[in-house]
Order: sequence, then structure tokens, then C-alpha cells
Amino acid sequence: MRWINQHPGNGLRLALALMPFALVLIAYTIGSVERLAENPNDKLLPGLSALADAVNRMAFMPEARTGNYLLWTDTAASLQRLAGGLGLATALALLFGLIIGVLPFARALFSPFVAAISMVPPLALLPILFIVMGLGEGSKIALIVIGVAPIIIRDLALTAISLPRELIVKAETLSASSWQIALRVVLPQILPRLITTLRLQLGPAWLFLIAAEAISSDSGLGYRIFLVRRYLSMDVIFPYVIWITVLAVATDILLDRLRITFFPWSELEKGK
Amino acid sequence: MSALSIKNIWKEYGDQIVLENVSIEIESRAFVALVGPSGCGKSTFLRMLLGQETQTKGEILLDGEPLPKEPGPDRGVVFQRYSVFPHLTVLGNVMFGKELKASRFAARLFGAAKREVEDEARAMIAAVGLAGSEEKYPAQLSGGMQQRLALAQALIMRPKVLLLDEPFGALDPGIRAEIHTLMKTLWHEAPMTVVMVTHDMREAFTLGTRVVAFDRPRDRPEEKLRYGATITKDITIWPPRQAGVPSIFRPDRDGPVSSQGQ
Repeated sequence: MRWINQHPGNGLRLALALMPFALVLIAYTIGSVERLAENPNDKLLPGLSALADAVNRMAFMPEARTGNYLLWTDTAASLQRLAGGLGLATALALLFGLIIGVLPFARALFSPFVAAISMVPPLALLPILFIVMGLGEGSKIALIVIGVAPIIIRDLALTAISLPRELIVKAETLSASSWQIALRVVLPQILPRLITTLRLQLGPAWLFLIAAEAISSDSGLGYRIFLVRRYLSMDVIFPYVIWITVLAVATDILLDRLRITFFPWSELEKGK
Repeated sequence: MSALSIKNIWKEYGDQIVLENVSIEIESRAFVALVGPSGCGKSTFLRMLLGQETQTKGEILLDGEPLPKEPGPDRGVVFQRYSVFPHLTVLGNVMFGKELKASRFAARLFGAAKREVEDEARAMIAAVGLAGSEEKYPAQLSGGMQQRLALAQALIMRPKVLLLDEPFGALDPGIRAEIHTLMKTLWHEAPMTVVMVTHDMREAFTLGTRVVAFDRPRDRPEEKLRYGATITKDITIWPPRQAGVPSIFRPDRDGPVSSQGQ
């Protein structure tokens, strides 16, 4: 049988999926053991026990000065900023994506502007945001919105425009007004795409969040990583990076589940 | 009443003349099948009746009134593809037009008004043979069932004119024969005029009261740009078919005239 027609069974698929993770872990452990054998005070690749200690210290023991459990306060601070930024970006994107997709006049007015805005490198705007909005939460949320919203707007507008013309005409023959077509034909058909686009934008959103936190903050996952960098605390940085990855992957899976639950038809259409 | 009167219409895209000087009177309750080679403008003609495109010259009258320049509820349509909404269930698709008409802002009905529309929609779904599939999404239906759904969705609005753009072209022959029987019954029962574009001559002669052929009278390569297609044949089926009346010669020829039997 050809290779392209051979499929792994469930058990084998799981084993194959876990293998790269296991390989990375093994490579790290070997590297760590070798470096520690040479120099017991090596900080670059801390051993697994040192990592576990750090996790225990950050997550389950209150900090002496403030009494906070740092990992959790950092996580809460970062997730609040992320949720604020993505929430605002989603609301903006839905509004503008929909009207650009539905109304030719709105398309002529906004489409070139949004296209231009989406090409501005968001990190280049960060100093402006800090100067204008101060160093508080506002500028961090604004950075995420500016970085993510234009791309979602363009994606939703393109999705709306590429809906088959037949569906719009059909709705017109069923007496639909422009408002009704936007509300009941176009909007429900771009919502599943909104969730998928949001999933794809999770990576950039985290990037902007950590960049903003690294420069100015007093809590947050990105703030902590850049703070302990000064002490070469790899034992804290590694678990934090893994934790951020876990959060992002979990959000990604959760969003896809939401799509399938709320828009079961979008999963059925996939095979077509 | 739903008579269409097409007077000297021309359709040009830039220099390209697609249709030239097309005139035809379509009497109320007729079933006109439009046939012709690919690219001869019969679908363009249908889209002009629909209001999706406007003619360059000439006028189209529906019951003596000029057609509006955009599609509206007086003209229903079934396309070959994308005729039903993928995000609505079968029931949702059939109720959709009624909901849009009754609730201009929310475009949704609730309570007693919703139940009333739902009952009507269920009856319509049963009439096209989709009973039992009310809660399914279009992606879960076969091609033939999707076209039945599209018919139900269009007909619940009681359009004066039903426009069909190769609606059964993608179906296999057995399914097509079944849906032809349904189409005849619907035409007999609903007070509407039907205009159908088809590639299938057999279909045209099985369903139509009139078969109208479009073709280019001048088709040499150097003439293609500046001479469009026009109506070259207009054949009335004999013995005549009449909506709601069984054929006098062979009463079973046109299928059941009413869903209650002959």
C-alpha cells in the first residue's frame, strides 16, 4: 500500500503526537545533567528538581513581601489585559467587518483605510501609546487592539464579500432589507469565521501583550519573565513560558469547541 | 395575474453585445422553458427578469408595471447551487421569508406568530416531500432534497413569478424525474408563472407550456462581439398544457394536477 494511504490507529497516533514533546524533554534533561555535572551552580539549564522548586515557589507559596501567589496574580493580570484587548478588537472587527462586507459605500470608505492601518507595525506605535495613554492598562490593551483588530476586520470583510451572491439575491427575493440581510444572512455566516480568525490571532495577541508588559508593568506573565531575566533565573522563565503556551493552546481548543457547539452547521459545511 | 411583457431588450457588457432585441410576451400561468447553447445569454435574460442585472435598452413589465431594478418578493428564484442558507435548518430556511416579512427589525418571530408560520412551513415542507427532515441542516441533505427545500422556501412567499436557473441540472436522472413530478404539481397548484433555464431538452418539453430557444443568428468569429443572441424558436407544446387542468388527450401526461389526486 502507498504511504499516503496508511493511517495510524488511535494508540499509535497518540504515541506519535507525544513523541516530539518527549524528545524535547529528553534532550533538555540530558543537556541539563551534563552541564550540572560540569558546574553544579550552572543557571542556564536548571535540573528538573530546580524547575519543580521554582514552580512550587511561584505558584504555591506566598511571596514574602506582598503575600501574593505570584504565578496566579501574574496570570490574572495578563489574562485580564488579553481578554480586554481581544474583546474590544472582536467587537470592533465584527462591526466594521460586517458593514464593509455588506455595504458597498462603507467598503469604499473604510476598506483602503483599514488595509493601510493593518500594515502599520503595532510595536512601532507602542512608544506613542505610552506617551499618549500613560503607562497604565489602557496602553497595553490598546496595543493588542491595534495589532489584532485590522486583520480580523479584513478577514471578516473578505469572508462576507465571498459569500455566494446567490444567497444574497435569494434573501432579497424573500423580501429581506439590507439590515435584515446583514443581521440574518451575513452575520451568522461570518461568526464561525470570527472564532477561527480569533484563534489564529491568539499568537500575535500574546506577543503584543508580553511586549507591552516587558516594557512597563508591575505584574503579568511577561513582566515576570523580563524581571527575573536580570538574575538569569531560567528556573522561573522556563515554567512561565510553558504556562503561557498551555494557556494559549487551551484557549485555542476552547474556541474551536465553542464554534462547533454554537454553529454546528459550520462543521457540517467543512467537508463540502 | 402574473403576465410578463419583455419589449425590445438589449444587454451589452462594454462592446460585447450579449442579447439583442429580445421581445416576448409571457402569459399569466405559463411555464416557459428557455433553452440554447452555453453562453447564449439565457441565464443573463433570467437574471434581468430577477432584477439582479439591468438591461441596457428596452423594458420588462410585470402585469403592466416596469420591474423594480432589484430582486423582490414578487419574483422567487431557485439556482442550481447556493439556493438555501447553510446556517438555517430545513424548517428555518422555509420559515425565513415569512419571518423577514413579518418582523422588519428583529427578523425573528416569537410565540403565537411563530407557531402560525411554523405550521405553514411544515405543511410546505411536507408538500415538497421533506417531512421528517425539519431539523436537518442543508449540508445533511442530498442535492435533490436541497432543491426541494429551495422550492419550498421560494414558494411559501407566493411569488407571482418563479425563476429557475438550471435548478435540476446537477441531479441524477432518477431524482430528476421525481422532482419533475413535484415541479408539475407545484405549478398546477400555485398561482404563478414559471420561467426556467435548462440545458436538458427532455426536461424543457416535459415541464414547459412553451419552449423558447435562444441562439446567435450571426456566429462567425468576426461577428461574435457585435451581434448578440436573440429568440430563434418559440414552440408552444401541443397538445397544450394548462395550469390546474389535466390534459384532455392523456390526463396522466402532466402528472397529478392536484396533490389530492386528479
